[in-house]
Amino acid sequence: MLSEQRRAELHNLLLQDCGSCHGMTLKGGLGPALTPDVLKDKPREFIEFTIMEGRSGTPMPPWKDILTRDEILWLVDTLYTGVRP
Amino acid sequence: MKMISNALYAVVLLVILAGCNSLRGTGDMGVVIERATGSVQIIETTQQTKLSQVDGLGDLSHASIVFSRDERFAYVFGRDGGLTKIDLLTAKIDKRIIQSGNSIGGAISQDGRLVAVSNYTPGGVKVFDADTLKLVADIPATYGKQKQQSKVVGLVDAPGQKFVFSLYDAGEIWIADFSQADEPEITRFRDIGKQPYDGLITPDGRFYIAGLFGEDGLALLDLWHLEKGVKGILRDYGRGSKKMPVYKMPHLEGWAMTEDYAFLPAVGRNEVLIVDRRNWKQVATLPVHGQPVFVMARPDGRQVWVNFAYPRNDTVQVIDTEQLQIVKTLKPGKAVLHMEFTPRGEHVWISARDAGKVTVYDTGSFKVITTLPMKKPSGIFFTSRAHRIGL
Ligand code: HEC
Repeated sequence: MLSEQRRAELHNLLLQDCGSCHGMTLKGGLGPALTPDVLKDKPREFIEFTIMEGRSGTPMPPWKDILTRDEILWLVDTLYTGVRP
Repeated sequence: MKMISNALYAVVLLVILAGCNSLRGTGDMGVVIERATGSVQIIETTQQTKLSQVDGLGDLSHASIVFSRDERFAYVFGRDGGLTKIDLLTAKIDKRIIQSGNSIGGAISQDGRLVAVSNYTPGGVKVFDADTLKLVADIPATYGKQKQQSKVVGLVDAPGQKFVFSLYDAGEIWIADFSQADEPEITRFRDIGKQPYDGLITPDGRFYIAGLFGEDGLALLDLWHLEKGVKGILRDYGRGSKKMPVYKMPHLEGWAMTEDYAFLPAVGRNEVLIVDRRNWKQVATLPVHGQPVFVMARPDGRQVWVNFAYPRNDTVQVIDTEQLQIVKTLKPGKAVLHMEFTPRGEHVWISARDAGKVTVYDTGSFKVITTLPMKKPSGIFFTSRAHRIGL
């Protein structure tokens, strides 16, 4: 279980740091949109794997050295339900 | 009767004089983006104060600004495709349009008549009348057999009423020449390298350089000699064999040029790359605190200031360009996003997003002059950019 403080940090990370490539509202930038309507047709494992490992040959970096698995799962959950600014 | 009218004149005269006192130039003004709230702060750099706030600018993550040649109007390019013209003197929105779904940056033409915006989706460049923001030209970045549209990055103005930009997905550089008509003449350079992610033009307006993400090195175009085509430079350099993940794409706009050297951010490495400007060969690398994002020269070229990518982004380092070593490490606060020098370089303004403040440093003593609280500040832009090629 993540602490409330850690969840607030991750929320900020999602909007600001993922947002620097995916757009601050996650509607897309250099990287594609990460909104629930775009993600709903994609398998969760695939999205989780992309965040863990990154995607080589593209700017998408791996996050597994910076975030724990639980934290990444929390990010995936949050992306599928929609991030409020 | 005479007495009364004299008194009236005196009052009228006083009012006019008082009005005169509030007249001001805009040469020491600037704009700071508050990215989370869709607002900007108009500031002045003589007393280092906030003057006023303008709201209602939409999604300002990754927003950038250019200025009209009279330094009165700021054009704000928002992430949501918004293009807003702000009057710095009245602190009001003069005009605002939503020009596309997703934009990344902009430029103003040599003569100040045209404002260009580069877009991710649909990929291309749109050009507007700087006065009215009416559409002048639409340049879709089409490529390939399927006529896909590429994301456009690294848009700059160039001498001769031109705009130069790079196509991220297509690996091309295009020049749009507006010198003859509002219907531009397009020159395309293909196969310039994989995934150009940003571009810059040297301060003299001669060389356009695109950074490549998908391979090592950079693409160089000599605008004085287009017939020579695009040349790969620093091919042995870039992310190299030991590729490190990049948590924030570096920006090339602020690439630092001194008389002899160019200082470039190394992609995915904790290094600043030092290059000989005459032959574009690498002369040295300087280990720094983290992956560099902005590498910017003080206007006199004596110092280069560097900020860094997440997670090492609470720090700024200063390189002495004569000794080629780090002379100062500063901690302006969490998430340093941008730096801007006053026109002659006595101060630098630094935004720290998560610390919610902008800090003004004396660049000689490195002392803090003042700090200004702001809401998630990101880009800082001073009006002196109006008179610089490529900004
Ligand atoms: C440096 C830029 C950058 C950063 C930072 C970044 N991404 Fe990405 N991301 C990309 C790019 C580019 C792609 C597209 C890769 C491709 O072409 O397949 C991508 C793809 C993805 C995908 C796959 C989407 C799909 O539809 O296939 C997910 C999920 C994702 N990113 C999540 C994240 C999260 C979560 C973060 C922050 C923790 C993040 N990204 C930070 C650049 C970035």
